[in-house]
Amino acid sequence: MSSAHVVVPVRLYVTIWLALVVGTAVTVLAAHQDFGRLNTPIALGIAVTKASLVVLFFMGVRSNTSLTKVVVIAGFFWLFILFGLGMSDYLSRPWLGVPGR
Amino acid sequence: MLTGQDMIGHADHPHHPRLQHHFYSMEQQLEASILGMWVFLVTEIMFFGGLFMAYIVYRTAYPEAWMASSHELNVYMGGANTLVLICSSLTMALAVRSAQIGSRRGQIINLILTIVFGVTFLVVKYFEYKAKFDHGLVPGPHWDPHEVLANGSLAPLSLPLGSQIFFSLYFIMTGIHAAHMVAGVVLMLIILVMAWKGRFSADYYGPVEISGLYWHFVDIVWIFLFPLLYLLGFHFGGPPV
Repeated sequence: MSSAHVVVPVRLYVTIWLALVVGTAVTVLAAHQDFGRLNTPIALGIAVTKASLVVLFFMGVRSNTSLTKVVVIAGFFWLFILFGLGMSDYLSRPWLGVPGR
Repeated sequence: MLTGQDMIGHADHPHHPRLQHHFYSMEQQLEASILGMWVFLVTEIMFFGGLFMAYIVYRTAYPEAWMASSHELNVYMGGANTLVLICSSLTMALAVRSAQIGSRRGQIINLILTIVFGVTFLVVKYFEYKAKFDHGLVPGPHWDPHEVLANGSLAPLSLPLGSQIFFSLYFIMTGIHAAHMVAGVVLMLIILVMAWKGRFSADYYGPVEISGLYWHFVDIVWIFLFPLLYLLGFHFGGPPV
């Protein structure tokens, strides 16, 4: 069954909206605290949660076909390859005495 | 025997007027449209991903510059814009829902609200950029950082090495994001005109749905831009100007 016939109740959309607004407030409040090295992971964790809510509910991926879901996941998978392999290059350069940072 | 004349009409295979001939049902047409838009959005993920990658590399190289430069961004304008886009995503979802249930009035109201939120975002962006230019925070030959003191006057500000790189990324990332917002607003105006003419119904609302997907994606990019650009500078004591 496609997303074509799933009509989401307004109440659910408003709930998700509220969660996003609260998430934004939490992000700003958390940024004011000093969690040391955890500040960035906390900020990113909240951002990923908010993005997931938008993708699953506002964009309706929750009720899309499996093929669509695979494409969505693939996009983020490739993004993590970009970040992962890219940073493993830069971070490992000092290890080997290779020129460049 | 069927002649050429007989093959022109739809008498032998009546179907919804909005069904394109390479699809076998309205449902499949909608699913294919959604899949196609997502494939495009994946290319957009990689497009912005490249910019985020540059951010990560240079933040790793210049952490002090990142903290100090982020402190100079206006967190109130950034935060307000975040809330504006979140509201626009709600109205966008409601617009698609209105099309799904065949409510022309709902579509029009929610599409107009979405457009208003989008334009509000761009207006705030304009004032934000203007402040950066006024304070000399533009990388390149006109780089001349100043900060606003408590009494409202400007004083020269010394930023660490790498700050111009931060601001280059700030302008490019938020600028390209803003360009996507402009495209989104234009797209929504087109959809609004179509909705006004009553083109969409419970059977056919694909264009509204996939335009909405684009809009939500641009919102998601901002959800990541905001904390990564605006929220780094709080540990230097006091909120930014």
